[in-house]
Amino acid sequence: MENLTGSEIVLKSLRDQDVDVIFGYPGGAVLPIYDSLFKQNAIKHILVRQEAGAVHAAEGYAKSSGKVGVVLVTSGPGATNIVTGLTDAIMDSVPLVCITGQVPQHLIGSDAFQECDTTGITRPCTKHNYLVKDVNSLSEVIHEAFTIAKNGRPGPVVIDIPKDVQFSKGSYKQKKEFLIPKHRLFNSSVIENDKQIEEATKLIAHSKKPIFYIGGGCINSGPEASKLVQELVKLTSIPSTMTLMGLGTLPASDPNSLGMLGMHGMYEANLAMHDCDVMVNIGARFDDRVTGRLDAFSPNSKKIHIDIEASNINKNIKVDIPLIGDVTTILKKFLTSWKQNNYSINKNHLNDWWKKINEWKKVDCLNFSQNGNTIKPQYAVKRLYELTKDINTIITTEVGQHQMWAAQYYKFEKPNKWITSGGLGTMGFGFPAAIGAQVANPKALVVDIAGDGSILMNIQEISTAVQHRLPVKIFILNNEYMGMVRQWQELLHGGRYSESYMDSLPDFVSLAESFKAKGLRATKSNEIDDVIKEMIEYDGPVIADIIVDKEENCFPMIQSGSAHNEMVLNKNQKQDSKSAEKGKILV
Amino acid sequence: MNTNKSVYETPNVSNPINRYIITVLVDNEPGVLARVVGMFSGRGYNIDSLNVAEVVTNEHLSRITIVTHGTSEVVDLIRKQLMTIVPVHSVTNLENEGSPVEAEVALIYLEINESNKKEAFNVCDFYRARKIENENNTTIFEIAGTSERIDAFIKEINKLAKIEVVRSGPIAISSLERKMEEK
Repeated sequence: MENLTGSEIVLKSLRDQDVDVIFGYPGGAVLPIYDSLFKQNAIKHILVRQEAGAVHAAEGYAKSSGKVGVVLVTSGPGATNIVTGLTDAIMDSVPLVCITGQVPQHLIGSDAFQECDTTGITRPCTKHNYLVKDVNSLSEVIHEAFTIAKNGRPGPVVIDIPKDVQFSKGSYKQKKEFLIPKHRLFNSSVIENDKQIEEATKLIAHSKKPIFYIGGGCINSGPEASKLVQELVKLTSIPSTMTLMGLGTLPASDPNSLGMLGMHGMYEANLAMHDCDVMVNIGARFDDRVTGRLDAFSPNSKKIHIDIEASNINKNIKVDIPLIGDVTTILKKFLTSWKQNNYSINKNHLNDWWKKINEWKKVDCLNFSQNGNTIKPQYAVKRLYELTKDINTIITTEVGQHQMWAAQYYKFEKPNKWITSGGLGTMGFGFPAAIGAQVANPKALVVDIAGDGSILMNIQEISTAVQHRLPVKIFILNNEYMGMVRQWQELLHGGRYSESYMDSLPDFVSLAESFKAKGLRATKSNEIDDVIKEMIEYDGPVIADIIVDKEENCFPMIQSGSAHNEMVLNKNQKQDSKSAEKGKILV
Repeated sequence: MNTNKSVYETPNVSNPINRYIITVLVDNEPGVLARVVGMFSGRGYNIDSLNVAEVVTNEHLSRITIVTHGTSEVVDLIRKQLMTIVPVHSVTNLENEGSPVEAEVALIYLEINESNKKEAFNVCDFYRARKIENENNTTIFEIAGTSERIDAFIKEINKLAKIEVVRSGPIAISSLERKMEEK
């Protein structure tokens, strides 16, 4: 039994959990931990410029590596600044452990300097949180926190450590010495679903118009899940569509892939969802961006839903066969059942179904024309894809029009290469996430596709990238608007662009240079290839300011209040006025 | 009531709204009640009454009894959401368990004078409310039983005297024979 100080226990526990990097920002209530950090070399610390950057960086790190992201911040404002990131992580199921300092215990409740009720504030936006009052329980708490963050549906965990606990001495318990009581974890072994799996495969085998609806759960379940999805899709030739979070599970080039579905998804994917007779949801959660109007959502289909979180079953959409558990585990049983029963779908039915889908494909919903000098944002993303597709590239995004164009025009062939804020829609997410992804993948090309509005929300992190020599690239589709806000104002609010014009934008090139990063700009369509090439070749952080068409909108689109089969393909098509009036009140 | 929490319009749900009693067995650790209550308020569910006390002292287990109302779908979602909370051991919807036995306690302060005394005490006797001795010698009655019985008692006694009421809210237990110890 060793006697260590609380702060030494923190570092030792993190090492025991194979942590090699933490993202953080020091302050009064975490000084002892930063002192212990200083005395060791095993764990690297990435100093961010605002705590929000630390959580998003940890998210980018976790999403691109499959490991738990670790954050260390101080009490009070340090803790409140991570709240957005925690909420983002719980919405998108990102495993994080965030350690926050707290004022010493005798000051708790006295409105001390930089005191806040961290566990109270973070309770609704974490899977679990702790206020550690006894140094002897500290190592157990940290080990449990890592397990909870990864276990079941992953998510963020906060550990609040008062300063006196960091100083006082106590005993250390190793990871392997500590057993977590079963009820505190998701336990898949108790769930019996063999019978439902048999029912599900039978249902698919007898379907005429089946579809796979593939979500982020396939990414979270690990690389094996993507392989199993690919095997299943190949085996069955069932048309397959992916959610925003699921992109990369199935290669974009897979002949059975219909691309992304949902509000700005592919026309053929949404129509196939609407017309199918059997829908297999693999690790998605019937999010409102995907379903559109619920009473007209895939009205004639039987639905199978694979989800690790029981509370997602029948939450938005009533399903016929729920399968609760990890995608990998369930798909293995699924494949076994399919093969053992020698199932195959009637060729004629499947051919007819594909024929119908191929008709929809002819609409060519992502069609755009790049004429003249003005750069179309779609063209910019397309060129970025063409020039980076043979390099190991990770794409992150902020939130808005550029995010949707990135999802539509950048083709992902592998999982964990696409990092975006889906559930919460956090502007300012992409740049720090790119920093985290670069830390986890030093050799990869990491590009944050950004908008001029979003990038300014965490622009301070350029300083972090320069300090830590992280050669992340920021690819701004600059239309001088909060584009998605402007698009909605155009479609729903009579073109009154209330406060959505980005006045007084900085000169991004000289901004980059002032931080000793590289600034590039393309204003004409024939300049874009050179700018992208120079951006890739430059060994260091780059801001590429791509001046794009100001008026361009994201299409195709299921406008709020509409159903999958009421997609609007371009500006000239109008949503029917009844749906539009109802849709106005929605988000 | 709309069972659906999506921003989009949903088909009208015609399932009836009923009263349900849910019991939640939890680790008695700091913040656990806030987690349970926060899930209700955060997701827009109702709490009609709530009761919490430690029931297994050596293992530090508490049982939270919540009375809520909603459709059976909503109550099922509540159960599943509660199960995602880390210190929760088990969640029981007593309606699913069949014929639960429930009880509630109320303490009632009566303003008694010579004119209403006799009649008031008769009503108390009728409802088997028990007078509680106290150092100030004021008239305080205790009544236990179903909520309906307490409601009826309060209605009657309030006609005769000015009262002040404290109620615990119902607690309940399944009357089924136990197959295995719940854990």
